[in-house]
Amino acid sequence: MSTSPVAVRGPDRNPRAGVVVGPIGLAWRPRLIAVTVVALAAALVLLVVSIGVGSVALTPVDVVRALTGGGTDLQRLIVLQLRLPRALTGALVGLVLGIAGALTQTFTRNPLATPDVIGVTSGASAGAVAAIVLGGGTYSVSTLLLGGGIPVAATLGALIAAALVYGLGWRGGVESYRLILVGIGVGSVLTAITSYLLVRAQISEAQQATVWLVGSLSGASWPSLWPLLAVASVAVPLSIATSTALGLSQLGDETAVGVGLSIQRHRLTVIALAVVLTAAAVAAAGPVGFVAFVVPQVALRVAATSRPPIVLSGLVGTALVLAADLAGRTVFPGEVPVGLVTTVVGAPYLIWLLVRHRKELVS
Amino acid sequence: MTQTAAPAPTPAHGAAVADRRRGPGRRRVGILLGLVVAVAVTAAASVAFGSNHVQFLRVFEALLHPGDDEATTIVQGVRIPRTILGIVVGACLGVAGAVMQGQTRNPLADPGLFGVSAGAGLAVVIGVFVFGVADTGLDVWLALAGALVASVAVFSITAAGSGTASPVPLALAGAAVSALLDAFTSFIVLADKDALNAYRLWVVGSLSGRDAGVISSVVPFALAGLVLAFLNSRALDNLGLGSDMARSLGQNVLVARITGLASITLLTAAATAAAGPVGFVGLVVPHLARAIVGGSHRYLIPASMLIGIALVLGADVVGRLIGGSGEVQVGIVLAVLGGPFFVAVARRRSLVAL
Repeated sequence: MSTSPVAVRGPDRNPRAGVVVGPIGLAWRPRLIAVTVVALAAALVLLVVSIGVGSVALTPVDVVRALTGGGTDLQRLIVLQLRLPRALTGALVGLVLGIAGALTQTFTRNPLATPDVIGVTSGASAGAVAAIVLGGGTYSVSTLLLGGGIPVAATLGALIAAALVYGLGWRGGVESYRLILVGIGVGSVLTAITSYLLVRAQISEAQQATVWLVGSLSGASWPSLWPLLAVASVAVPLSIATSTALGLSQLGDETAVGVGLSIQRHRLTVIALAVVLTAAAVAAAGPVGFVAFVVPQVALRVAATSRPPIVLSGLVGTALVLAADLAGRTVFPGEVPVGLVTTVVGAPYLIWLLVRHRKELVS
Repeated sequence: MTQTAAPAPTPAHGAAVADRRRGPGRRRVGILLGLVVAVAVTAAASVAFGSNHVQFLRVFEALLHPGDDEATTIVQGVRIPRTILGIVVGACLGVAGAVMQGQTRNPLADPGLFGVSAGAGLAVVIGVFVFGVADTGLDVWLALAGALVASVAVFSITAAGSGTASPVPLALAGAAVSALLDAFTSFIVLADKDALNAYRLWVVGSLSGRDAGVISSVVPFALAGLVLAFLNSRALDNLGLGSDMARSLGQNVLVARITGLASITLLTAAATAAAGPVGFVGLVVPHLARAIVGGSHRYLIPASMLIGIALVLGADVVGRLIGGSGEVQVGIVLAVLGGPFFVAVARRRSLVAL
């Protein structure tokens, strides 16, 4: 873990002419582009299938027709009001978690780092569980305070925790390893608070909180989708714009500074983007497990790049979350929350990585 | 490697040298005795204080002349078993942490890393789901079995990947297996309200509500783990120099690794089965012990044991007193105290990368 397995694959052997658009410079990589196009197509197909599957089955043609304003009134109601918010939430959650994971893993040069290590998820969980448990009327003052509901409490918890970790990790600059350690310490205090709230709660509130803690799309609606959409539309382009600086930071701190990268400002930007993206996803769907961890590693391998490609990570994330939600709704009789499916897929993948690619992870 | 026993003064050395060489060993034995006193004080506090107020004199009376009054019931029936449980859990977790950090040469290694808590948790939840009731006598065996199965799975994955039980893939395999087991736990807990109720109480780590049967179930595992840890102490000093150096010193590295891992597994499984996953003791205690007795495991392990006991008992007493009507579970008190400590350690030193 101490070295940079992300970079082990080596630099591109024959650098080609690039495309430069303003501050963004892109190398011409046919394989990456081809894979990205395939992932985009897969994500769109899954989106349409996901909207079609449900108690009233719709064919993909019906779905596309309803989305473009055709079809019957009933079909438009089902598609636009009931199923589209959930499918879009899943798609966006996967997109932003994939990108946040790619940013964190590249910036820490550590394939195990996810936005969770900056305390985002544990902070959001503590906030959301506090809103569920304390907002239930047990304590009157907090009902007032937490009246904004679960998403607001989760966002606040995530941002406060991340700020705390960043502040405590600062010693004349932040350094990724120290940040991870401080994140572990802060995270475990927050987890203890969450557990304490769960123990003190009524059993029905504890159940509600547990569903939230697993990560689920069942509560998705248009109102819960808008904040996520707003954050994603700003933060995703910004994340793609950091790509060049991220590439420079892979060269090691001294070299990166030497070629003109302001390393501390770059770190703050990348951490802030990862935190905001993750907080938005967690507020909308709860902490969906393993997406931010697994997706960048998959993207890295299929595209054969030296570090997780940002756009492709986002698209693979979208495909994974949509597929997991689809599986959770159809494979089992009841509904399995999407966070459980992603973990059950993601954890064996990590184990497989350990058994097959141990040199890359240990090095 | 430092001198332990005071060597007999010889004419060649002279009194001053003998004194200097005798010094550190004596000092450390003195420190260990001081820790024994600290343990005695916290144990006394654990018997004396609680959410049910019993006057000090009545506590003594109940200890010396047990009758059938309320004080005797509280002291003999509740507080003494709870104190013994705290001693077992604290000793197990403190020693497990010291062996873990010695084996991995990583100051951040925590005994929970091997999937032990996740395995025990899943077993407890399955028990409630299948048998319908939460019963501490049954839970303890289920938790032990779950903890052992999970850690064996983690070791097997690591061995399949790298051929040896080396520390870094071990931590990763532990994280992956834990996540998978936790997902299954969540799956059951979401479907079954009774399982959720049992799980949320179990997972915070608590010494309350366990009877004497729980103690007698876990003590054999705890003792076996402690013996292995003490046997492992010389090897841990050698492993601290790196596997290659240890091998060239004549250390059988494989035997040393297996002894250490078996010890950690037994100790952590015993503690987790008895009290649920109590965090931070295994992480924090070896740091405290190293600060006062140094890095030699012959002192570090007994010191970690004593500090672990004092910390668990102390945190349990604090949790009983601050909770008001209920009480705050020992695992929560320890996490809230241990988290800031951990942050301070991480800020102060440049630590070895995991």
